[in-house]
Amino acid sequence: MLTFISKRILEAIPTLLILITVSFFLMHSAPGSPFSSERSLPPEVLANINAKYHLDEPVINQYFYYLGGLLQGDLGPSFRYKDFTINELIGQSFPVSAEIGIWSFLVALLIGVGCGVVAALRQNSWLDYSVMGFANLGIVLPNFVLAPLCILFFSIYNHWLPPGGWNGGAWPYLVMPVIAMSTSYIAQIARITRGSMIETMHSNFIRTARAKGLPKYRIIFQHALRPAMLPVISYLGPAFVGIVTGSVIVDVYFGTGGIGQHFINGALNRDYSMVMGVTILVGTLTILFNAIVDILYAVIDPKIRY
Amino acid sequence: MITTKDKIQAVEQFAEKVVEVEGRSLWQDARRRFFSNHAAVTSLVVLAIITAIALLGPLFSQWNYDDIDWEALSDISVLGRPNIENGHYFGTDTLGRDIFVRTMQGGQISLLVGIMGSAVAIIIGTLYGATSGYIGGRVDSVMMRFLEILNSFPFMFFVIILMTLFGRHIFLIFVAIGAISWLDMARIVRGQTLSLKNKEYIEAAYACGVSTPKIILRHIVPNVLGIVVVYATLLVPNMILLESFISFLGLGVQEPMTSWGALISEGAQNMEIAIWQLAWPLGFLVVTLFCFNFLGDGLRDALDPKDR
Amino acid sequence: MNLSNTKKLLEVNRLRVNFRTPDGFVTAVNDLNFTLAQGETLGIVGESGSGKSQTAFALMGLLAGNGVIEGEARFNEQNILTLNEKAMNRIRSKEIAMIFQDPMTSLNPYMKVGKQLMEVLILHKGMSKAEAFEASVKMLDAVKMPEARKRMNMYPHEFSGGMRQRVMIAMALLCQPKLLIADEPTTALDVTVQAQILTLLNELKDDFNTSIIMITHDLGVVAGLCDKVLVMYAGQTMEYGTAEDVFYRPTHPYTQGLLKAIPRLDADDEQLSTIPGNPPNLLQMPSGCPFQARCEFARERCGESIPPLEEYAPDQLRACHKSVDGWVA
Repeated sequence: MLTFISKRILEAIPTLLILITVSFFLMHSAPGSPFSSERSLPPEVLANINAKYHLDEPVINQYFYYLGGLLQGDLGPSFRYKDFTINELIGQSFPVSAEIGIWSFLVALLIGVGCGVVAALRQNSWLDYSVMGFANLGIVLPNFVLAPLCILFFSIYNHWLPPGGWNGGAWPYLVMPVIAMSTSYIAQIARITRGSMIETMHSNFIRTARAKGLPKYRIIFQHALRPAMLPVISYLGPAFVGIVTGSVIVDVYFGTGGIGQHFINGALNRDYSMVMGVTILVGTLTILFNAIVDILYAVIDPKIRY
Repeated sequence: MITTKDKIQAVEQFAEKVVEVEGRSLWQDARRRFFSNHAAVTSLVVLAIITAIALLGPLFSQWNYDDIDWEALSDISVLGRPNIENGHYFGTDTLGRDIFVRTMQGGQISLLVGIMGSAVAIIIGTLYGATSGYIGGRVDSVMMRFLEILNSFPFMFFVIILMTLFGRHIFLIFVAIGAISWLDMARIVRGQTLSLKNKEYIEAAYACGVSTPKIILRHIVPNVLGIVVVYATLLVPNMILLESFISFLGLGVQEPMTSWGALISEGAQNMEIAIWQLAWPLGFLVVTLFCFNFLGDGLRDALDPKDR
Repeated sequence: MNLSNTKKLLEVNRLRVNFRTPDGFVTAVNDLNFTLAQGETLGIVGESGSGKSQTAFALMGLLAGNGVIEGEARFNEQNILTLNEKAMNRIRSKEIAMIFQDPMTSLNPYMKVGKQLMEVLILHKGMSKAEAFEASVKMLDAVKMPEARKRMNMYPHEFSGGMRQRVMIAMALLCQPKLLIADEPTTALDVTVQAQILTLLNELKDDFNTSIIMITHDLGVVAGLCDKVLVMYAGQTMEYGTAEDVFYRPTHPYTQGLLKAIPRLDADDEQLSTIPGNPPNLLQMPSGCPFQARCEFARERCGESIPPLEEYAPDQLRACHKSVDGWVA
């Protein structure tokens, strides 16, 4: 297992390097520069600024400057918020996104698996139909639709929750972002769980377990749940990526101040180092998460050994 | 533009073509199973209707999608309400433009992006997956490794970078969306190809001296296509969602053109005073996605008759 | 009828198993009757789809959701077909255990073999983990599993097919059940392994004094193991009697056909004899004898009425219009 983990880490390095290189040159090949929008700047000031950020040098030099900084853990200065470094900005905003993300992830997993198992065990009952009806609805209601609907319902019509803001992550500020973010994942996970649970419950080894006289709850929790979770686990990778991307929407709507906001602003304002910083962060997390999913898979399925 | 009807025809033609290879009963069975699935058939009908309105609806309105009704503009929350008399069946937006015509026009874009994006994903994915699976060996492992690397890229972020840096051309949207969605398709097709490669009838064909391209065309492709069609149907709603997401961020199609995502984004800003601006495009989007999901499930159950 | 002189363990009366399908009711088992005494072995023989496995599932309460049971099965004077799930769970594995056809998929691939064995003892005998572990090792030794202690910590995929079937047998015998139902226990195994498993079952039967219902399509399996044989066709009993009678003096054309189809080394037949045709579609059963279409002796009468199951000699029953000596009229 340890060799597998270290192998995954070693594999991640070239992947990350490709990611950094591609996004760096993609961004620098685009027309416009970070300061071209600030028309009032006199040319000599602009030249000074450009020199300060090495923008007057060839792109390839800039690339190596950036990589050098990156090796020391420095994501560079922000072109937009001139008094801040990217490390500071991400350091402020990432905990917010992480908190919303982790809660959404947990909520999606727990409710999704629960609903899926219940629906599978009561297959073709009214309970099954209503759970799956909700799941189908959840899948077609994307987060950018749910977010305004939540505000409309909880804040505008009923004044139960504040319509936005973060306030250090107090729970009233968490509820709507988590609902908006997790609903479609609850739905997907419920569907996947139901399907795989039904398939597992029809398998031969469950028949053996029944022939042993095991009570139903033991059959479900000891025998069926583990194999039924495998498809769910392989969905967790894509789900994680979706939740990270979803943070963009949550930040836009609820003004929570997570990394999504910075990314969009950075992209719109040609804040190269900000966009790069967020992309690298998300890329690293994605790679990390895919590795965790692989490890989880190996833990559950004894046939897979590294 | 490919309409849903064309698609049904394509599926039927494809079904008939495969019949020669597979024998009649399998596809007849699939068709019977599909048509006995009420949710799927209803969805197909609803989708056909939505497509028809999206294409023909604007002809029945006195407004154009970029016409501004200066009269309604004076007080949107009252004069902009849905009203049959002044021709704004669905009301107007904040700029006094007709929501009905804009929703229809947005629908054209959303459906087009959904279908074209899926097409891009299917073509790249099928070619990549079939090549990788059929050649096998080192080529296969290198191609799959590449796929794994791509899989750890935060592609949505790339799309956003692309859209902000290179402008919002609709062609770019297809390419961008299609390019992030072909990974799963490639993996599915590869898996199918791998399992088909060892089937007796493929080995029999090989043993009888049938050439490799002919084996692929006559035996592998028809069998992989079934699954490709199913996933394509399930891919279309995802494409529409992705496009809506991009449009929602204000990075999608260029004004005054619009799409459902862009309309929802505008509507959400005014939902306190003019809920119809959100409700109509949202309704169309949700119903369409719903129908595509049911249609995909129905097709899958029909072609892959496992008890679910 | 008096096929057994000792105390009856299991008495099956007019057992019917129907399945609701989209195309109507299908009768998989039709009016099945048999009795089994303690320590006795009954072989149920038939082609696939003859309803023999469904009989076993019905007795264990493991039928698919759309199955409907009629009739009764008295086990120790108690009708087990009407028991609820909870009461049935006290009988399963403790009183009646079952071995399945496919050892490759019948063990949980995600759980260590030892745990799968131990949980039976912990549940039914209230043993502690340590006790259950020792008892399981002992049982694995009894089914001649080499290195039993080490194998307790292994997963099923690390076992060969024959070894997995040994695990299944050990699992079934853990609580020393009075009745063991073996559903084609050797079909999925290599021929040499088949013989080993059958020998093992034969020895264990005597060691534990267990009654066995051996379900198989292979008459060779029945010959060495069973006291009584029941031949099924399309859900109905064709012939029922002692193993000796059925083997050496078969009277039903179907049983005769089955016996002829066994390849033999001592006879120099040029061609292997087969029964032509296929079993009837259970959805469209012919009127009259279900075997008529494939029977070389079929007469007009066979298409008109179902031959009743009648005792034509002591302890020998058959369902055929043709008399034992051939057609008279």
